[in-house]
Amino acid sequence: MIKINSKKLAKFLGLKAVRLLILLIVIAAISFIMIQLSPIDPVRAYLGQRIVSQEQLAIMGEYWGTNLSLGERVMGWISTLASGSMGFSLIYRVPVTEVIVQKFTASLTLMVSSWIISGVFGFLLGVLAGAKEGTWIDKVIKTYCYILQSSPTFWIGLVLLMVFSVYLGWFPIGLSVPIGQLADTVTFWQWLHRLILPAFTLSIVGIASLTMYTRDKLINVKKSDYFLFAQARGESFWGIIKNHGIRNILIPAITIQFMSFNELFGGTILVEQVFAYPGIGQATVAAGLRSDVPLLLGIVIISTIFVFAGNLIADIIYKYVDPRLRGEDDD
Amino acid sequence: MGKLLEVNNLSISFTQYVQGLNRHDLKVISDLSLDIEESEIVAVLGSSGSGKSLLAHTILGILPYNAHVTGEVKYKGEVLDQDKKEKIRGKEICLIPQSVNFLDPLMKVSQQAVGECKDDDERKEKKLKQREVFAKYGLDESVDDLYPFELSGGMARKVLLSTALLNDPDLLIADEPTPGLDSKSVEETIQDIRKLKEQGKGVLLITHEIDVALKTADRIAIFYSGYVIEINKVENFLNSENLLHPYTKALVDALPRNGFKLTEGVQPLEEVSGCPYYENCPISSDKCANNKPELIEHNGAMIRCFNFNKAVSEDSVSEEVVDGVVSEAPVEDSVSEEVIEEPITEEIAEEVNDEEANDGA
Repeated sequence: MIKINSKKLAKFLGLKAVRLLILLIVIAAISFIMIQLSPIDPVRAYLGQRIVSQEQLAIMGEYWGTNLSLGERVMGWISTLASGSMGFSLIYRVPVTEVIVQKFTASLTLMVSSWIISGVFGFLLGVLAGAKEGTWIDKVIKTYCYILQSSPTFWIGLVLLMVFSVYLGWFPIGLSVPIGQLADTVTFWQWLHRLILPAFTLSIVGIASLTMYTRDKLINVKKSDYFLFAQARGESFWGIIKNHGIRNILIPAITIQFMSFNELFGGTILVEQVFAYPGIGQATVAAGLRSDVPLLLGIVIISTIFVFAGNLIADIIYKYVDPRLRGEDDD
Repeated sequence: MGKLLEVNNLSISFTQYVQGLNRHDLKVISDLSLDIEESEIVAVLGSSGSGKSLLAHTILGILPYNAHVTGEVKYKGEVLDQDKKEKIRGKEICLIPQSVNFLDPLMKVSQQAVGECKDDDERKEKKLKQREVFAKYGLDESVDDLYPFELSGGMARKVLLSTALLNDPDLLIADEPTPGLDSKSVEETIQDIRKLKEQGKGVLLITHEIDVALKTADRIAIFYSGYVIEINKVENFLNSENLLHPYTKALVDALPRNGFKLTEGVQPLEEVSGCPYYENCPISSDKCANNKPELIEHNGAMIRCFNFNKAVSEDSVSEEVVDGVVSEAPVEDSVSEEVIEEPITEEIAEEVNDEEANDGA
């Protein structure tokens, strides 16, 4: 059904790849410099509580290159990065790549499920509010969105924990597996049971912005000439909403949803903290608090790629799915 | 055989809020009456942006919610309420919209022409019909899969016409079918509409292009400041002598081929207490200032003027008819008290003063 101009797409992706490369180099350099300028001393962080002499410290420093100039250190960091290594995590004592893969997979289930929930519900609520503009249904949905949009994620998480875990006792208070059990012995239901509340919290916040956006778009469609003409042709109200309304707002809504990857990542850090969910968010906080520089930098790089991917998908949908744009050449 | 469509005393107004919480009724169409028979094309001719399209929207029941409508619309002798309008729109009465903007930008045109279907059988049947109608207008199969933005101007016009004809309606409403088209396309549109008449369909043509109205219609209703001031046969428009209303005469005389005689003045934007044409009228009398003329029949035409006889034969004014009309004239609206001071009304006031001064001299 969708004809994609493959030559144009290849060129587009090529350009995007170059852009990603430049972005990564700049992000890597800036975040590294910022860490260097912060009071974190990687040698001290590595040694932890152990007591060592000044000479030993100097040897360590020389071995790690902390006595080199800032420029040399940045170049060193980027060239190591280019070789595929992100270094060794100081807290987990394994390569950073391994930590990130493990933590990120755990978070990914959380993020993907809440992303889908917020996408589906946000869109449906938006369509409902837009179609019923001005009625009490619209007002209820709008009020709900304003409240959610203005309350912080961690607070919503705490409220949900109090209601559903503490008072009602339906869900566990935290962690992704029951205490005293190994991760690989957990059943699907146990895992799902523990995923529901954090995923729900994370999606609640995403719903609000998507709903308001969808509502606004649908109201615009309702004011359009083609909506009026469809009415004049005797099509039913919900038929028009389905055939013309959703058709015209689906692409922008999906685009917006992909562009919200950065909020999703930010929300995950807070939600994982509240629910003690061992994902990338917790790892980020731990890396920051315990001066695990390699892990922190690794997470920065990965989150950059993650957000970039979201925006890239949004761009592709916008440019190649909409029949009005996919034929045109953009040079 | 009754009339296909009758519109009786239709008025449409909108409630607006001006300057804070002051409510203000904006009257767009006042006391509009017209009728259409089978195999007849009636044009409503008025300046652009004067609210003519709202007549089409009223007949189809697609007015915005803040519109107040009085009067009645009858279709085949039956009064149309909102339910009936919803039932027959798109089936017996179809709209030919003015531009490609009235098509969903993201839906293929054949799919749109087919429209909403209950099941697959209906869809197949309608699809065949759509192909047939498209073919009749010279749209080949490659057009079916195009999106509206890919259509050329001429193709778009044919697609719009086809969508209206798919359900074989008895009455078509063409809302400004010609703006922005080149003269060849305008000519084709006129021919297409005239062909509908030959097929026994009634057409309501809403337009601001006098030439299109003259070439297409059987009768023309002149829309002035929200009122229909004259409905006359198209033959009578060839010569302003045969027309009744001073405005219509001025309009026809202003055509380049009739001597390009231009007259001053603008249409009043606000509701006035008397005849809407009073301030610009060459044959106005004192009566016209505060009394509204009704639309009355005269020799098979409809006219809204107290003094039209004066214009026909200068001195022999038939007082009886005029008096009869005056007694029926509606009481003035209270709305007229709060006329907003706008430059345009001042301009008219000045003109009127000038005219009065001239009269005195």
